[in-house]
Amino acid sequence: MTKDTTSLVPVCPLEEITRESGVTALVHGKAVAIFRTHSGDVYALSNYDPFSHASVLARGIVGTRTVAGEPVDFVASPMHKQAFDLHTGRCLDDGTVSVPTYEIVVTDGMVLVGGPKEAR
Amino acid sequence: MNTRKTLVVVGHGMVGHRFVQAAIERGLTETHDIVVIGEESRPAYDRVALTSWFDKGSEALSLLPEGEYDDPRVRLILGTSVDLMDPATQTVTLSDGAVLAYDELVLATGAAPFVPPVPGVEKDNVFVYRTIEDLEAITAAAQNASSGAVIGGGLLGLEAANALRGLGLQTHVIEMNPRMMSVQVDEAGGKVLGRHLTDLGITLHTSKATAAITGEGTCTGLAFRDEDETLDVDLVVFSAGIRPRDAIARAAGLDLAERGGVLVDEQCRSTSHEHVWAIGECAAPGGTMYGLVAPGYTMAEVVVDALLGGGGAFTGADMSTKLKLMGVDVASFGDAFGATPDCLELVFNDAVAGIYKKLVISEDGKRLLGGILVGDASAYGILRPMVSSGIPLPANPEELILPASSGSMDLTLPAEAQVCSCNNVTKGDIEAAVEGGCESAAEVTAQTKAGATCGSCKTQVKKIVEDYFAAQGKVVDKSLCEHFPLTRAELFDVVLVHGYKSFDDIIAAHGTGRGCDICKPTVASILASQLGGHVLAEGRQTLQDTNDAYLGNLQKNGTYSVVPRIPGGEITPAGLIAIGQVAEEFGLYTKITGGQRIDLFGARVEQLPAIWGKLVEAGFESGHAYGKSLRTVKSCVGSTWCRYGVQDSVGLAIELELRYRGLRSPHKLKGGVSGCARECAEARGKDFGIIATEKGWNLYVGGNGGAVPAHAQLLAGDLTTEELIRYLDRFLMYYIRTADRLQRTSTWLASVDGGLDRVRAVVVDDVLGLGAELERAMAVHIDSYADEWSETLNDPEKLRRFVSFVNAPGVPDPAISFGTTRGQIVPDAGPDEPVLLGASIPVGGARR
Repeated sequence: MTKDTTSLVPVCPLEEITRESGVTALVHGKAVAIFRTHSGDVYALSNYDPFSHASVLARGIVGTRTVAGEPVDFVASPMHKQAFDLHTGRCLDDGTVSVPTYEIVVTDGMVLVGGPKEAR
Repeated sequence: MNTRKTLVVVGHGMVGHRFVQAAIERGLTETHDIVVIGEESRPAYDRVALTSWFDKGSEALSLLPEGEYDDPRVRLILGTSVDLMDPATQTVTLSDGAVLAYDELVLATGAAPFVPPVPGVEKDNVFVYRTIEDLEAITAAAQNASSGAVIGGGLLGLEAANALRGLGLQTHVIEMNPRMMSVQVDEAGGKVLGRHLTDLGITLHTSKATAAITGEGTCTGLAFRDEDETLDVDLVVFSAGIRPRDAIARAAGLDLAERGGVLVDEQCRSTSHEHVWAIGECAAPGGTMYGLVAPGYTMAEVVVDALLGGGGAFTGADMSTKLKLMGVDVASFGDAFGATPDCLELVFNDAVAGIYKKLVISEDGKRLLGGILVGDASAYGILRPMVSSGIPLPANPEELILPASSGSMDLTLPAEAQVCSCNNVTKGDIEAAVEGGCESAAEVTAQTKAGATCGSCKTQVKKIVEDYFAAQGKVVDKSLCEHFPLTRAELFDVVLVHGYKSFDDIIAAHGTGRGCDICKPTVASILASQLGGHVLAEGRQTLQDTNDAYLGNLQKNGTYSVVPRIPGGEITPAGLIAIGQVAEEFGLYTKITGGQRIDLFGARVEQLPAIWGKLVEAGFESGHAYGKSLRTVKSCVGSTWCRYGVQDSVGLAIELELRYRGLRSPHKLKGGVSGCARECAEARGKDFGIIATEKGWNLYVGGNGGAVPAHAQLLAGDLTTEELIRYLDRFLMYYIRTADRLQRTSTWLASVDGGLDRVRAVVVDDVLGLGAELERAMAVHIDSYADEWSETLNDPEKLRRFVSFVNAPGVPDPAISFGTTRGQIVPDAGPDEPVLLGASIPVGGARR
């Protein structure tokens, strides 16, 4: 839970997001990509791909990549395939680039998204 | 003032052609206009592979299928000979009477078959084996013949004998020497070779001299010297050696070698006349004539170099030979007969298996001087470079030819060792190519030409490439990605054998993790190829790349383009109007594609269903422009309208496009059909291209445009429509099953062991017995085809995803905006930051 709970807005029922895929939501005027992984976890990232300058990340393929021996959930930009860590927003192909992540919770089967988290 | 010079090349055979290629590549045409005079009606063709004309036809042999050089400063005159050269005035006179002045004259007239002065050679059904016309004449005569004899049991004579056998004739070979191929193999090797040939049904007559050709006007048999016995045959082919074609040089008074051929120095310059050069079989550098193509190529390069002021020299040639005759390997290299004083021989002779191998070794046992291989020449690739490079023999040289360990020896060739003798490529050149970025033997061949001519060094090239990678510690990992330790082809088989229907089952059984943007679309494609069904079916939708996932082509600003199918490029005015109306209604940018259809750009995700609703209503279906699948089959207008057309190319293109529409493949697939040899559909630039002939269709495969363009090659000729479709079904399915991910047909063909010939054997000759299965697999695809967009429009579950925002489905994404160029929309330059929508936009709750 985040301190600023008032900024959490409901976007859709969890069931509406197919496992291992994303949807785009409009939250406080911003396009946010919301992903649901195979294990059922949900993540929210900015939908904006900093490489292609297009609002597309929710339409990428979701999978896992082994980083330092650990499987990391990621989305590959549908534009030029750069991979972004779903937990941190960090680009796995270029450590200097990352996208903002957003607060996200599931309550009573409803997905709620809040404001951007502090950069890690 | 015109300072350009004129260079005349007499002869357009393999060597003449190589000369022109080298002249263009090295920039000689910057200063010289080149005129090439060819006597035959067609441009240069691969005479070394002449016998394959019977299977593939003339076009496949052509070295210049376009019929002209891609350099306007080269003029090619065919069907014309040079009757006269006059070095005093520096002119040549052509057979049509024209007189050409030259600054430099290059003679590349080649050689002619030697026909001994035997009584009766003028009779009908007496042939030589040198040109495509000779082969056409032999084929025609064989129609009414049951037996034939080849006079001369050399390399070319046995090629001719193979041809007669292929034409269904009882075949005889008459050889003056006690064995076949006496120039290349010794007595013991000749015995082994003879046994192979006899087993193949060829009757050998050794130590026999032909005295006369009998018959009244037409050949009916042969009489031999010192014998009463005669041999009845219906036709005869002379292959008793070749003689340089030096008549015009002789008449002009040029120095000739004792046994014929223009006498030239190390730079292939006439020793008696300035500005005259001779290359190939009509030349005699230092008095010796060379009857192989590789030395001819070297001479061609040497002359181009000399004309550019270089100092390259021709100093003799490697006369090594390796060939496969009727399935029998024969190779001969270096000092094959042990002419070096006090040399030693090491022989392996297995009469049962029909294998003979001999090594000639220096007196001290340290160097390999030469050798002969019959029945199994697999060691040739490693042995021949050992001779030319002079590297020391291993302590136990017999290992080199013993069957159990052949090829397994770890021998390191020096960088300067020549690997490809046809194109003079060294091991160092190959390694440099790999270092420069080539990642496979096929790429090395494309760049260095190593293995591109006779192909006998291909295994060696492959090994050098692999060794190089191994030495770099680079494992050539063929794994699809970190999740699957399999190639795409292996994965295809695994899925087929186990009958998997979902990604989850496949990755659980054969992979690790949860997949990625590489393996997921690959599995989706494999499942689509095997099972058919909708790309957005449950469990498959999340595997698709965005193009397939949204049934459109993602463009740079996040919008999609829409391409309805227009089979064969044929469209009614009403269809055109309907597309125009849709584009106008939704404000889309329109452009005609290279595949003869119309692309509508700028559609937002949420607009796609409405756009397609209108298109489907107007009778259109998905064009699969977004898929790794069949795109279009382009056509010219064909015999329906065109006054040159010989077949209905539009009709066939439509039939093929409808047959293969929706077919998922390792990469995109394009086709083309041309209604005549003018090839207006550019079919040979496609993965499969069909060109109409008077008798049916020629099928070409493996072409593409793009960054590395490839011309499609002839798979089979003069097919009926039924045969064409059968072969094409098999070809496409074979490709889909065995190609790597994102491998176009051209690179796939190059990577298949045995290349096009192997694919032809599988597809046309059905050597693997796979034909029926491949056709069945294609039938499954055809039967299960349904338009992806119509199905999507009828399924709310699939439509659910076509929204801009899950919580504001009708609100356009503010990141997308357009400008206008030439009266149409174009993407605005992308914003540097995400765009913030005004707070007034209502944020809806969950939508259902």
